[in-house]
Amino acid sequence: MKTLTLTLFMALFIGLAHGQEKYITKQGNISFYSHSPVEDIEAENNQVLSIVDTSDGEIAVSLLIQSFIFEKSLMQEHFNENYMESHKYPKAIFRGKILELGDLTENDKTATIQGELTIRGISKPIETTANIKKMDDSIVLTGSFLVEVKDYKIKIPSIVANNIAKTIKVSFELIHQPYN
Amino acid sequence: MKKAIILIALLGLGATSYAQDLLGILEDEAPETKNYVSSTFKGTRILNGHSVENRKKGTLEFIISHRFGRVNLGVDELFGLDQSNIRFAFEHALTDNFMLGIGRSSFEKTYDGFFKYKLVRQSTGKNAFPATISLFGSTAYKSIKDYDPNDKPDFNDRLYYTSQVLIGSKLSPGISIQLSPTYIHNNTVRTKDDPHDIFALGFGNRIKLSNRVTLNAEYYYTFNPLESLNTKNSLAFGVDIETGGHVFQLILSNSITMIEKGFITETTGGFFDADIHFGFNISRAFQTGGRKKRHQLKKL
Repeated sequence: MKTLTLTLFMALFIGLAHGQEKYITKQGNISFYSHSPVEDIEAENNQVLSIVDTSDGEIAVSLLIQSFIFEKSLMQEHFNENYMESHKYPKAIFRGKILELGDLTENDKTATIQGELTIRGISKPIETTANIKKMDDSIVLTGSFLVEVKDYKIKIPSIVANNIAKTIKVSFELIHQPYN
Repeated sequence: MKKAIILIALLGLGATSYAQDLLGILEDEAPETKNYVSSTFKGTRILNGHSVENRKKGTLEFIISHRFGRVNLGVDELFGLDQSNIRFAFEHALTDNFMLGIGRSSFEKTYDGFFKYKLVRQSTGKNAFPATISLFGSTAYKSIKDYDPNDKPDFNDRLYYTSQVLIGSKLSPGISIQLSPTYIHNNTVRTKDDPHDIFALGFGNRIKLSNRVTLNAEYYYTFNPLESLNTKNSLAFGVDIETGGHVFQLILSNSITMIEKGFITETTGGFFDADIHFGFNISRAFQTGGRKKRHQLKKL
């Protein structure tokens, strides 16, 4: 019985010790920006889930397409219905690794992130640099990268081809808290 | 031996939780959300009648609708295109669930005002609900001066009221249906045999042909039609074509009017006798006022 209790505690302890190396956010911010001669389009998602494991630099990010908020409501509807087909592909997912994470300080340091971005069920390798720092208990990750619309087979009808950029700038600000 | 098995099992448990990948954790941590079903119909009309859809807060929509004459008038009338009935309207969404509209139809020079309130939204996930229910109310004022000079109607005599409960459901991303129980009250009628209160039931559906094109059908069955006119039930077929801020609807219908009291109670054309009116609705949406951005919560 004693052994059992001990093992139980150990199992619990292992779980906890491991948990302290993980940092999570459920309210991360990801926005995108499309610039074209006709109009600029912007949308923001404040319910991004992201988790970082500081022991090996692994990172995973997940968001719901329909949580992007646009200034024009009709645009938001078309984004979901016609372009992203969010009923078919509700999520966008990134999984990857922060290279050479090392020790984190209160000062921003630049790190390379490599991984795979999945949008509309299509996965593409992606590499970008991000600023990373540790403030109090949280790990803050900020940066931006570019996404080619055609990589993810998003169909843009010719009538609005001039309104939507071919390359979309995606910005992120993820403030992770310790995960228990 | 027993202990050993439990021990191994527990260690195994510890190991699996250790190896649980980050995406798995995100799945577990994702808040259980209620997802509202959007775009049951593309427009605020199925064809003639209202759909359960409202525009989102701050949207001002300008709608121009036409119904031409009957196609069986032949080439002399260019298959009805020489005759034109028009309704134009401004429709404004005060909130995501409540909209007001005013319109003017050339047919009998009728003004109309309406509200539509979305009571329940179809949703999936937590506390799912299978349908969207909207309440619709409209008042129409017939201003045409075609009365007997000795029997001039007063303001009240010219009013017509429509109330509807619109029940719509998006069965799949491609197919939506709607039931529309309707009550219409006429303040005046032509003869004493005509009912003041008319009950009808509408059926509507849409089938998505592509992301931007849908095929729609709509039918209104009237339980106690007007007696002084040889009325028929209203039937319409059409397509919705969406391009950016516009929705075009091309319509074939046996009804000539574009407001409820007209097409539900006063349709006289027989669809299968080719008393069909070609028509269209064109809407242009404008965004008035910025939408409030959800403020970022910096702390969990």
